[in-house]
Amino acid sequence: MSSLHLEFDVAGNNFVSAGSASNEVKLTLKKLGVEPAIIRKVAVAMYEGEINMVIHAGGGKAIVDIFGDKIDIELKDSGPGIADISLAMKEGYSTATDTIREQGFGAGMGLPNMKRYTDEFEIESTVGVGTTVRLAVYF
Amino acid sequence: MDKSLNTVMLDSSKCKGCVSCMKRCPTEAIRVRDGKAKVIYDRCIGCAECVRVCPHQAKLPAYDSFDIIHNYKYKIALPAPSLYGQFQNLDSIDRVLNGLLAIGFDDVYEVSSAAELVTEASHKIIAEGKIEKPIISSACPAVLELIIMAYHGLKDHIIDTLAPVDVAARLARERAIAKGIPSKDIGVFFISPCPAKVFALKMGLGLKEPSVDGVLATSEIYFKLANAMSTLDEIKPIAKSGYSGVYWASSGGEAIGTGFKNYLAADGMENVVTVLKDMEDGKLNYIDFVELNACPSGCVGGVLNIENPFVARARLRLLRQNLPKSENSLASVGKDIDFYRWEEMPKTKDVFKLDENRLLALQKLDEIEKLLATLPLLDCGSCGAPSCRAFAEDVINGVIDKDGCVRKNENH
Repeated sequence: MSSLHLEFDVAGNNFVSAGSASNEVKLTLKKLGVEPAIIRKVAVAMYEGEINMVIHAGGGKAIVDIFGDKIDIELKDSGPGIADISLAMKEGYSTATDTIREQGFGAGMGLPNMKRYTDEFEIESTVGVGTTVRLAVYF
Repeated sequence: MDKSLNTVMLDSSKCKGCVSCMKRCPTEAIRVRDGKAKVIYDRCIGCAECVRVCPHQAKLPAYDSFDIIHNYKYKIALPAPSLYGQFQNLDSIDRVLNGLLAIGFDDVYEVSSAAELVTEASHKIIAEGKIEKPIISSACPAVLELIIMAYHGLKDHIIDTLAPVDVAARLARERAIAKGIPSKDIGVFFISPCPAKVFALKMGLGLKEPSVDGVLATSEIYFKLANAMSTLDEIKPIAKSGYSGVYWASSGGEAIGTGFKNYLAADGMENVVTVLKDMEDGKLNYIDFVELNACPSGCVGGVLNIENPFVARARLRLLRQNLPKSENSLASVGKDIDFYRWEEMPKTKDVFKLDENRLLALQKLDEIEKLLATLPLLDCGSCGAPSCRAFAEDVINGVIDKDGCVRKNENH
């Protein structure tokens, strides 16, 4: 079965480059002729994931596998980890610093949006080790 | 009306086959083949970036010759507000309008007047609450083409108001008919700052039939008009634009008119692309209205103008200062709101899809990625494609040989 594997490094503490992986993926999905509404779901979820890794984890990796009927996205970092995942999943809850909030980030919508805009959402985190988020969107 | 008209043509004798235009094209619509820049017209949005950057003036924007106005007995000029910024020390807009009458037109209808009506109509359409925010302006035809070609997901954000020139054309034609002039004798001509408008008006973007009979270039009529303007015997008061209408020529002018405090205006193709990408990612959801202009500084930056955009913008700012806010109202025109709306949504175009069959497309993408891994990623353009990725796509699509990369053996 045909599939496409893509990997991206997401640089830490760099708001400017955040979104570049999501842009590449958007472009790829357009070339596949995926529905615009689905591309937007992927774009929003993936951008939120990239921003999370930039703000909280000093960067990470985005691993993307595209199949004929879906896209799998794994966002993996070696950051501080999340102590209470259910709290982190609450809309409006954020551990971002004031400086980051002043920049318009850290509204506490990252993980909730990633869940809302995807069909499958899984999160694993260990304090001191890192966080892995797995997303899937069906075409 | 020639519906196959292209926005840019090539003067092959001047084209050196350099990569300037190809590298700047926002939709990767240009390839250099046999030493000449070739446009893939299906992908051309008419933004005229290639015209702007060509160092050899080999790219020719398309427009109608002034002489075609003589095919009609009753000729109407629709001057874009950017036209007023082309003249130094202009004392009044009336001088330009009387000048147009002097060079052969029987009537003029200012596009800036119609812009004021479009602004008021957009208030009503936005108030219906049916358009997704951030609302995107539909005024720049190159941006509109870009969205329906490459940013389909943002289609529902576009406001479905007609471009001011379409409204001006409709009202001007009605005025002539009301004077008893037979419809077949009426010719309506836009004095355009940009070739994207040429394309959009000829295709009737958003309309079932084109609203104008021809699109003339500001640059072509400039000298004729400037001469006429300096030798006028009398200046009849015919101008009917306020500052809000004239402001449409400059980036931000339309957005300010919407009344939204939380608006964004971006101009220049690269900036437009950045904003569209951000909108796709949901980064701009807190913005109400987005005005996007393909040309730097807005329509004053169109390639069919004479003056550089910054000078023209500064002149228009001076000219606007003495004008009332608006000289036009929907009530005085008396049309219902549909008069100001698109008759049909411009259709999206699928020009970037690699294959109708998604699995085959996926297979092609996989081959493209594999080929790309062997390329130097210099994006030098020497192969005739704008980037290594575009080259890889062209190879997999079978339009160029894979040996076309001239720098793959260099050690980087």
